[in-house]
Amino acid sequence: MTLKRTDVVIIGAGWAGAILAKEMREAGRSVVMLERGPDRATAKEGTYPGSIDELRGAIRHRLFQNPAKTTVTIRNTINQTALPYRQLAAFLPGEGVGGAGLHWSGVHFRAAPDDLRLRSHVTERYGAKFIPADMNLQDYGVTYDELEPFFDKAEKVFGTSGEAYTVNGQVVGKGNVFAPSRSDKFPLPPMQDVYTASLFRKAATEAGYHPYALPAANASMQYTNTYGLQMGPCNFCGYCSGYDCYMYSKASPNINILPALRNDSDFTLITDAHVLKVNLDSDKRKATGVTYLDQRENREKTVEADLVILAAFQFHNVHLMLLSGIGKPYDPVSNTGVVGRNFVYQTITTSRAWMSENQFTNQFVGAGGAGVAMDDFNSDNFDHGPLGFIGGSPVWVNQAGVKPIAAAMNGGGKSAPRWGAGYKAGLVDTYRHSLAMDAHGSNMAYRDVYLDLDPTWRDSYGQPLLRMTFTWKENDIRMNQYVVGKIEPIMKALGARRYELGRLEHGETFDTRRYQTTHLGGGAVMGTSPHDSALNRYLQSWDVSNVFVIGSNAFPQGMGYNPTGTVAALAYWAAHHIRTTYLAKPGPLVSL
Amino acid sequence: MMPFKKQVLTLLGLLGFVSQGFAAPAQANSQQSLIDKGRYLAAAADCAACHTHDPSATYAGGNPFVLPIGTLYAPNITPDTKYGIGSYTEADFANALRRGIGKNGKPLYPAMPFPSYARMSDADIHALWVYFHEGVAPIAKAPPTNKITWPLSMRWPMTLWRWAFAPTPQTALANANRSFDSAEIARGAYLVEGPGHCGACHSPRAITMQEKALSSDQSDVFLSGGSPVDGWNPVNLRQDDRTGLGRWSEDDIVTFLATGRNLKGSAFGGMSDAIAHGTQHLNDADLHAIARYLKTSLPARKNEKPWQLDTSVTEILHKEKLPDAGAKTYVDRCAACHRTDGHGYAPAFPPLAGNPVVMDRDPGSLILIVLKGAAVPATDKAPSSLTMPAFAHVLSDQEVADVVTFIRQSWGNAASAVTAADVHAFRGRNSEWINEATSNPLN
Repeated sequence: MTLKRTDVVIIGAGWAGAILAKEMREAGRSVVMLERGPDRATAKEGTYPGSIDELRGAIRHRLFQNPAKTTVTIRNTINQTALPYRQLAAFLPGEGVGGAGLHWSGVHFRAAPDDLRLRSHVTERYGAKFIPADMNLQDYGVTYDELEPFFDKAEKVFGTSGEAYTVNGQVVGKGNVFAPSRSDKFPLPPMQDVYTASLFRKAATEAGYHPYALPAANASMQYTNTYGLQMGPCNFCGYCSGYDCYMYSKASPNINILPALRNDSDFTLITDAHVLKVNLDSDKRKATGVTYLDQRENREKTVEADLVILAAFQFHNVHLMLLSGIGKPYDPVSNTGVVGRNFVYQTITTSRAWMSENQFTNQFVGAGGAGVAMDDFNSDNFDHGPLGFIGGSPVWVNQAGVKPIAAAMNGGGKSAPRWGAGYKAGLVDTYRHSLAMDAHGSNMAYRDVYLDLDPTWRDSYGQPLLRMTFTWKENDIRMNQYVVGKIEPIMKALGARRYELGRLEHGETFDTRRYQTTHLGGGAVMGTSPHDSALNRYLQSWDVSNVFVIGSNAFPQGMGYNPTGTVAALAYWAAHHIRTTYLAKPGPLVSL
Repeated sequence: MMPFKKQVLTLLGLLGFVSQGFAAPAQANSQQSLIDKGRYLAAAADCAACHTHDPSATYAGGNPFVLPIGTLYAPNITPDTKYGIGSYTEADFANALRRGIGKNGKPLYPAMPFPSYARMSDADIHALWVYFHEGVAPIAKAPPTNKITWPLSMRWPMTLWRWAFAPTPQTALANANRSFDSAEIARGAYLVEGPGHCGACHSPRAITMQEKALSSDQSDVFLSGGSPVDGWNPVNLRQDDRTGLGRWSEDDIVTFLATGRNLKGSAFGGMSDAIAHGTQHLNDADLHAIARYLKTSLPARKNEKPWQLDTSVTEILHKEKLPDAGAKTYVDRCAACHRTDGHGYAPAFPPLAGNPVVMDRDPGSLILIVLKGAAVPATDKAPSSLTMPAFAHVLSDQEVADVVTFIRQSWGNAASAVTAADVHAFRGRNSEWINEATSNPLN
């Protein structure tokens, strides 16, 4: 069955899809948006108090992908046989309208200028020999200055709270001293520091570091965004990450973009539509549309379109490219092909301080995007020359609200008993008096870390699963250990009764059973050459010019910052060039 | 300003609309601009609120009116010749709108606000007729049959009702042309009393169901609040300080009608439909005219003490003390959005301190909103449909009574207390509305 032809078909109703849909409608193009999961209304499922049911939410994965239908397979190294990721744990892809943009935390960063041109920067500062042979260090092909207007645009749509350091080169506030200059302040003032964040701010300052308020897409005040859409102010209830925000305070496509499209007759959102492949013409140079499974009718349907936008989650975009034959699949042995190359993640380890028994750390409150961070050991803000590794980590207290089940599973720290009276005492002590801080760092790309189609396992639709080959590498382990070592002076300045430092250990392999972060990246990266990137600097497929692929799949390296702010800016950047150049004259935006 | 002469106003009523309303007068002759004018008037008259039930079948009727005498269904008013009004002549159409007489001579139930429409000008009726014949798609669909049992199903008493209570178009038009302080206020009066038929909900009705007043010159009860509609209690739109719009500025009213929300409150209940289908489509000049006209009214209750913010409850709550059970429920369930100081976070979350809805003599709307929740209507200028959750299955009668009383008596609000028995009776009386499956807006 073939549906009415549309100008633009967009796969995925998360941030990237919603941004592109809005931009394409502003350009006067008809849009069909396909979403694999159900429609989601905060007013319905996210309504208080049902929305803050931890068992139903974070534990039973109310807003997440159902791995019984489709998932990925995972192995650590190239000579292993991968197994399916049957229970969500290490990372949590979203499903349904809003995607991961509905269940995210809200930390809303702009990529650091050096990170966007990391290969050039490292070569300039430390020399080309500094880069390990198996590391695929690359530039994005777009600079901070080029992206700045789109970072600004995204913040004004998201209602981002934060404190600027410099605007147009002038120091205007107490923001992050390492952050690049901005064209405007944040649309909302920073979120207030919760108690633990204020302790961290003080201790980090005493330790000689430069703490700042995390930029948060949790609204510090009521806000009306660029599209006339409203947010309520955050009340620090602590149910951001893994939940839909009943206060309408956490930015989501559902709150911040889609209401401006839902009454538009040239915008069609089709839910429960699992896209099977992008259809290409006979010479595979042009997409003709998309075929999806209507899961309600259990019937395949086709939408024909002039322009196809892949805006699903990072690895779904890569999966669809591989299933559809868009671009050449990456082969690590021959080191050829680009789709699946530079699959990256992030390093994250948590350290904990136990404060005195008259200091109650109130960990039940919080906001997913709020907290206090420091960038002294992020990006290239410190001299890597004598250290011999590439990358860095922000360090922060990002108290997002510790829920009861999570607290019980965490217990009393590494050395505490896992059962009995000792467990209970440790749990209570930890919940009442401790604070956690993370080193949330970069992860570089390597020749033998990649994505491809699994030769063994298929999903419930009969298609091969995407296979992840991933483990930790020495460069990133050493980076993490170095940064975690720099946390120690903060622990001392805090006056902690005791503390534990969390770090990656030498030789440690990726463990899928423990939640780390959902910040997966790469696999279909943007860049300057079709030999090492799947997309040009406008996120356009080098091979099929009427396909754009929007998401963190475009990141050549995993950066220390959370990805959403950069994904949103790249989405607006790509949309801008589609609107101003591509639509007038469809074809490659970068000629070879 | 010197009062305008009736003759001048008649002329303005005809021409003024054209010039303020939308197109230039020169275009008014063309068929398309008549259709546009008719579409605009249909929005001003909120025809869709009753005559569009299924959003995909505009004006095909079917909206139920649950009345003590039974259930009425709004008819199909598309130009379909069999199921709609396709066979109506312009005279038939005018008779239905202004006299409440259907094509077959059958009297219409006064759920159709013909006593208000009676004052609509010939030019406006003509534009509406052209629009409903040429600007609306015919839909061959019959609404459900009215469920009214004999003897009340007989239509002829309606004729007697009409003779007794409805103005003739002649008297209504004459009244519409009375003198006003400015052309703008005259325009506002025309919209409110005529096509807008605001009084149909917001004016009290006599036991025989007619509105006690149809225009501002007839009585100070005009727009002083009406009887419940689907459980909601239409508020007083007069200048009463506590229970009316006395503290709303002209711009507050304009913003409310254009977007469904302002810094003083948010729309709910039937007003959401009136805004979504109707007032949001009016131009600024007409919205200001309506606001100016409403600001000319006198309070319905002469001795209402002006509302003054009283922070004593806020101070108690800020000391982490809970003065009573209502305060406890309020802090647990309401304060996240409406705040302990009652100011809310307008326009996202409306204030309760000083909100006339909250201080209404009849606590019905406040009880219903607690039980059922409410969503702000999505409008073109403010597409967010922020939603308050329902507490009917969460709070007991006593808890609802306590929290409603707390809200009605805090921050300078001073309105009667509500008992658990009141809430129990209210639940019984309004079970249909409380348990109605609401189509949650996707927001």
